[in-house]
Amino acid sequence: MEYKPIRKVVSGNYAAAYAALHSRVQVVAAYPITPQTSIIEKIAEFIANGETDIQYVPVESEHSAMAACIGASATGARAFTATSAQGLALMHEMLHWASGARLPIVMVDVNRAMAPPWSVWDDQTDSLAQRDTGWMQFYAENNQEVYDGVIMAFKVAETVNLPAMVIESAFILSHTYDVVEMIPQELVDEFLPPRKPLYDLADFEREPFSVGSLATPADYYEFRYKIQKAMEEAKKVIKEVGREFGERFGRDYSQMIETYRTDDADFVFMGMGSLMGTVKQAVDILRQEGYKVGAAKVRWFRPFPKEELYELAKNVDGIAVLDRNYSFGMEGILFTEAKGALYNTDAKPLMKNYIVGLGGRDFTVNDVRKIAENMNAVIEKGELDVEVDWYHLKR
Amino acid sequence: MSLNTLFGEKKAEAKKIVFTSVDQYPEAPISLGTTLSNFTGDWRTFIPVVNEDKCVKCYICWKFCPEPAIYIKPDGYVAVDYDYCKGCGICANECPTKAITMEKEEK
Repeated sequence: MEYKPIRKVVSGNYAAAYAALHSRVQVVAAYPITPQTSIIEKIAEFIANGETDIQYVPVESEHSAMAACIGASATGARAFTATSAQGLALMHEMLHWASGARLPIVMVDVNRAMAPPWSVWDDQTDSLAQRDTGWMQFYAENNQEVYDGVIMAFKVAETVNLPAMVIESAFILSHTYDVVEMIPQELVDEFLPPRKPLYDLADFEREPFSVGSLATPADYYEFRYKIQKAMEEAKKVIKEVGREFGERFGRDYSQMIETYRTDDADFVFMGMGSLMGTVKQAVDILRQEGYKVGAAKVRWFRPFPKEELYELAKNVDGIAVLDRNYSFGMEGILFTEAKGALYNTDAKPLMKNYIVGLGGRDFTVNDVRKIAENMNAVIEKGELDVEVDWYHLKR
Repeated sequence: MSLNTLFGEKKAEAKKIVFTSVDQYPEAPISLGTTLSNFTGDWRTFIPVVNEDKCVKCYICWKFCPEPAIYIKPDGYVAVDYDYCKGCGICANECPTKAITMEKEEK
């Protein structure tokens, strides 16, 4: 069947809901929280309209939502949920459980700032605080990437048997309407066949076994190693799946770090999520003004694309890391990761951290220009003015 | 091994699964087999040792053992199934003639 996309004007949240529908998820267990709610409302609407026979489990908390997804996924079902901020934090215990039990659940997290002070706006600290839970993390730049990301995440997750988070920005994507090219169901089915679980709970012929049982110090260590091996394997799978997606549907995701006009760049802006759309637009303008700059959008934060970062870093004088998040007592989280990934290599670009857009603070093309001017001066001088720049701070 | 053990005659089939290489483990942490292949006796620090000179065959230890890891031998004396004894010491505590003592296990 020839690929003819179905174009719909949808919000990022509706893009996520359609992607879950087209991925033929079998179980959705979810609890509402702004700005995620319209994802699960839309899925409930699909069910109410008779478009799908998804088993929908309305639960009393996000902790229970993830617990129900874990139960569903352990039986071999394709399970999906969505959440934001405090809801994601409440799931924290269960996130470890999902990855430890090697269950390929896919969840959309709509990045929202952690309270207090209360905020419903965009901030990446909620998802990045789940860095060590064993979940893969894909950051979407726009509504199209939300849709594509969910479908690809299922394929990657079910290949390596690890759960995956697809992350979009509060309101900037979640509630902003844009054209999304959707894939006809038959073609999604060809790309994403039914899940083949690691074990079959309904196989009553085999020896009895228990799931998630105790491992003494003699055995626990090896299971941790297997998760890391699966993460390493995921890097290969992500590239293959991203390439296949591009061949089938015209949008290539084989790069874990999407590079934009970086080939001859003196320095690059590096960041994740929707703010990188703004950065790319600014790069075009700055290029016209004579700045040799590029953009590096980290699509997958876990597994972390160390090798791709090295290939980028060895050819530039500087990297301006834009973090819409913060690890208190240290610095922006992507900044720590990127510096750490390069430490034992011969790539030593000047690296500076700009803290931008926390709690939905507007981050514009003009901000990128100011950062470019500062970064240019830093590189010309050959030393940092400050390592971590609270760029927007009212002084 | 005689009757009155945790598994009765099946005890003869008991064989502990020991993984010596990471590749032997299942990909997901599922436990394979039953307790017949997953011994629990290596959790302990102290082991109960029975002194038959003092034992009066009252079987209070046999009744109280929560595992149960105490069994009765054909000669009527009690013995401990060390594959499953967790070393809790309840038997030694309950024994009215102090025929069971807890001793540090050399590993």
